[in-house]
Parts: sequence; C-alpha cells; structure tokens
Amino acid sequence: MSEELIRAVLLAQTPEQMVLAVKALAAAKDLQAIPTLIAVFGYNNPAAAVIAVNALVEFGETAVPDLLSGIDDYNYGARAYSIRTLAAIADPRALDILISSAIADFAPSVRCAAAKGLGKLDWTKLSSAARSMAINRSLEALLLISQDPEWLIRYAAIVGLQGLAKVADVQQPIRARLSQILENDTDIAIRARVQFASS
Amino acid sequence: MVEPSESTVEGSQQLTPELAIANLQSSDLSLRYYAAWWLGKFRVNRPEAVKLLLAALEDEDDKTELGGYPLRRNAARALGKLGDLQAVPGLIKCLECSDFYVREAAAQSLEMLGDTTAIPALVKLLDGGVSQAVQVQNRPHLSQPYEAVLEALGTMGATGFISLIQPFLEHPVPRLQCAAARAMYQLTQDTVYGERLVKMLPNVDLKMRRVILGDLGAIGYLAASDAIAQAEVETSFKLMALKGILEHQLILVGETLELSPGAIRVINLMDSLL
Repeated sequence: MSEELIRAVLLAQTPEQMVLAVKALAAAKDLQAIPTLIAVFGYNNPAAAVIAVNALVEFGETAVPDLLSGIDDYNYGARAYSIRTLAAIADPRALDILISSAIADFAPSVRCAAAKGLGKLDWTKLSSAARSMAINRSLEALLLISQDPEWLIRYAAIVGLQGLAKVADVQQPIRARLSQILENDTDIAIRARVQFASS
Repeated sequence: MVEPSESTVEGSQQLTPELAIANLQSSDLSLRYYAAWWLGKFRVNRPEAVKLLLAALEDEDDKTELGGYPLRRNAARALGKLGDLQAVPGLIKCLECSDFYVREAAAQSLEMLGDTTAIPALVKLLDGGVSQAVQVQNRPHLSQPYEAVLEALGTMGATGFISLIQPFLEHPVPRLQCAAARAMYQLTQDTVYGERLVKMLPNVDLKMRRVILGDLGAIGYLAASDAIAQAEVETSFKLMALKGILEHQLILVGETLELSPGAIRVINLMDSLL
C-alpha cells in the first residue's frame, strides 16, 4: 500500500496534489515512507514539508539515521527542515550535526533551528560519561554563537541556552553569560529575550 | 528563504574608515561610489566623513546618460545611517534633485534622522495629490518617491498633514496603499489602518507580502502577530516583523525592561518559528 502512496508523492503534478499525497503518506505511518518524507523537504513546498516534519517527528528516533544521512548539502531550505525535525526528535545522535550547523551553516534559518535544538536534546539517552561531554560541547557551541553579529543568531542562542539551563551542572555558566548579554547587548529585543529566559 | 542576509561585497574587507574617506576624494568615480556606500554600511560617523558625503550630494562628476547621479544617491543613503543631523539641510535640498532615486534616498534618510524640520519639504512632494502620482513614461517609477515620503511623514508624526496622506489609501498601486496605511496608523493609532494591512496579506504576491510584514513590524501592530507568524512568507521576514512588534511592546522601567503580556506572546511566536 505504501508503495502506491510513495508513487503518488513522486508523481504529484501540482503543489496541491503534493500536499494531498504527502498527507496520505504521512497518515499511513509506515516506516517505508521515511526516505520519501525526507525527500519532500527538497520539493520547495512549505505546506507539504511541514506535514512531513510532523510525520517524521512522530516516528521519533527511528527516523534519526535516515535524517542524518539525508541532510541536503546543497539546498538550505531542505536542510532547515531536516535540522528542525532532528531538533524536535531530540535524539542526541544529532549532536554533531546540530553543533556544526549552529556554528557554521551559511543559512541563518539552519543555524537558528540547530541552536534551538542544542538546548533540548534528550541527555538521558546517553551514558553518564558521554552525557557530561555532550552537554559541555553543546554549551560551548551555544556560548560561541551567543556572540554572533546577527541578532537572530544571538536570539536563537539564548533560546538554546535557556533550554540547556535545565541541566543543573551548566546553570552557573549559562546564568553568567545571560547576565552579560543583558548588560551589554545593544539590541533591546535580545535583552528582552534574556529577561524572559531568566524570569 | 532570502538568505544569507548579508551579502559579502567584494573588497569590503580591505577598506578601512581612513581609506574609505580618502577614496571618497579619489579621481576614480567607482572608488568614490563604493566608498560612499561603505561609510554608510559601516556607520563611520566621523566629522570628515559627514563633510565629504555632504559635498557628494552636489557632485556633478558621476552622472549617467539618463541624468542620474549615482554618487549622490549613495551619499544620501549613507547620511541617513550616520545619524548626524548636520546632514538635514543638504538632504532637504536633495528632495528637489532631478534624479528620482536621489529624492527617494533623501526622503528615506530624513526619515531615519527623524528631524521634523524636514516635514514641510517632504509634504511638498505630495503636491497635486493622488492624481499627480502617476508612472513616469519609460521609467519604472512614479513622479515622486511617494512611498518613502508617506513613510517618513508617518514616522515623523506629521499629524498636521493627515488629510494629504489619507487619499493615498486609494491609490491604485498596492505599495502606496500600504505606505499610506502604515503612516495613517502611526499618526492616528487607529486599528482600522493596521487591519487594512493585515487584510491585504492573502491577496497579494510574495514580494508585497514581505513589504506588508515589514510595515506591520515598523508600526508595531501587535494584533497582527498571529497573521505574521502564519503568513506565506520566508521565516526570516516573519522574525524580522515580529521583532519590530516586540520592540514596540517593551517598556523600560528604570534599568529593567518590563515584559508585557503582548511581549511574551510575541516572544513565544518567535521561538516557535526558529
């Protein structure tokens, strides 16, 4: 059955047909659909992509290997959807890609999605040794991009730091950095976001 | 998505404020043109930069076949970004320049500088009202930079000229309708004008939707927050617009920012878009 639904996605002629086909494929909840749902990210159809994101998030960690191997190096729109999906699933296997994307992707949307994701990975999935290393790498990346010249990147970094501050071990450095931003950032919206994070 | 937001212009790394100021006096016109842009882009607010840019507003060397003054345009744009009110009289004079784009840049920069002494000169460009606001033959623009003028008058709080601005709500060009609605909202705080912008959103093309989001952000129209978050526009434009609304919601109490319920709503929307 899924094969037919997959074919319908591949053969869709109009954006509306695409949305309907992706909806039907998502509703089937069949693991076979995962690669096709990921491919939808690259079709430049935001409505269809959002349906695919939600379906993949529902698959959860099962979808992670395909998401990781399916990152589109050439299409930043597709990449942003992949990173958002990985961030929402919160599986720590995404740590490396989230860090490199948050620091170095050329597309702000990808960097933001990654920064937000770094703050809310499910650390309990890691052994205690791996956990503290992973948390510190995440912290380091977020602290670095919290100094970015672009307000939007700093904003996303604060969102990430706020999430990460749920981990007791790193609360102190996060609070210190946030109060620094509150004091020094020239952008009032950024200071407001820090204040919201600290409230 | 339209990104990355900053395009790296070739050569921008090599310039320094000193070099750009020197280049502005070069005999090479392209160096001068680029230096004027660079000084604005990097906000080199130094007295000698302002002085030279003001002189460049009257430049006669850099002239196109169609009668345009490229260096004047860049100098006028840069002066808005430098924030030095000494530029106001020179920019007001530019509102009479024969080059449409010099007039447009001057109006935009006067808006940024916010000096209300420019209001009468800006109002003068609305002479003849909507019926005069027609396309110039063989050019991609109207007879005056109406959009920039309306926006400047709104930002400057030119409440005495509402009756001249209001008719532009009915101008056939959607972009002008937006500029008029934006100004009318700023001048009256009447939600009718904010709603007007929101209602235009589903009926216009992507480029106009981006413009409307920019307008809603600029006027800080809180009631548009959800419409902005759901608009069919690239996320970066939504976030820019919501940031504008957030800024309007913030109140500084002593040294601390007060987060109104509206501000918190906007922050949650922004977070959800990341």
